[in-house]
Amino acid sequence: MIELKFRIEGGDFDRAGTASSETKKVLKQLNIDPKVVKRMVVALYEAEVNVAAHAWRGEVTVSVKDHQILAVVKDEGPGIADIGRAMLEGFSTASPKVREMGFGAGMGLPNMKKNADELKVESTPDVGTTVTMIFDF
Amino acid sequence: MKVSELVKELNLKVFSGREGLEREITGGYVSDLLSDVMGNANEGEVWVTLQTHRNVVAIASLKELACVLLVSSLEPEQNTMEHSNEERIPVLGTSLSTFEIAGLLYQKIKN
Repeated sequence: MIELKFRIEGGDFDRAGTASSETKKVLKQLNIDPKVVKRMVVALYEAEVNVAAHAWRGEVTVSVKDHQILAVVKDEGPGIADIGRAMLEGFSTASPKVREMGFGAGMGLPNMKKNADELKVESTPDVGTTVTMIFDF
Repeated sequence: MKVSELVKELNLKVFSGREGLEREITGGYVSDLLSDVMGNANEGEVWVTLQTHRNVVAIASLKELACVLLVSSLEPEQNTMEHSNEERIPVLGTSLSTFEIAGLLYQKIKN
């Protein structure tokens, strides 16, 4: 089993995408189906950006074993008040600054749902959010 | 068509990422919403946008796009150019508007 860990700081958009990029390199070396790698990259990038845009800090853990990639993105932050609404395409609570950068279009969680084989979102207001994604290959 | 050929034909400016000029172009995508590009653009496409920050290159690299093309004489930020050189994804520029360059690009690529 391979396990990768990355830290994300809230507000740090310059480093957003680092976990996705490093994970992509490792998955390619493992010769995992490029289609699965592409799906994983889209979903993990969105999860990373969500931590940078909304949370105080977070940690990404990616583990690969037995034809399955497990990605857990756990943050400390304000949490999601209404997960049902957050899953709707176009719903966003991102700040104007984040939106000006082209983020915050309300497509993050829907993109994760489309690209992961399984997605679980757990959140406690004022504590944080944990996003768990599974990709089969 | 290669990125270098597109640069010549449409008289584009090359800001950075010259090592990626031989990348092959398969199509184009026009959007300023990063999640839209992340979810819907395809490998080898030219990405036309007005976003100039570093995340544009991060996305272009993750999606294996051919290059980024900035419109309306916009210029990339310094760290955007640095990341473009590292990732070998060219960041190009044009004085034309999104509408004008998209039209020209479509004519070039569809043939």
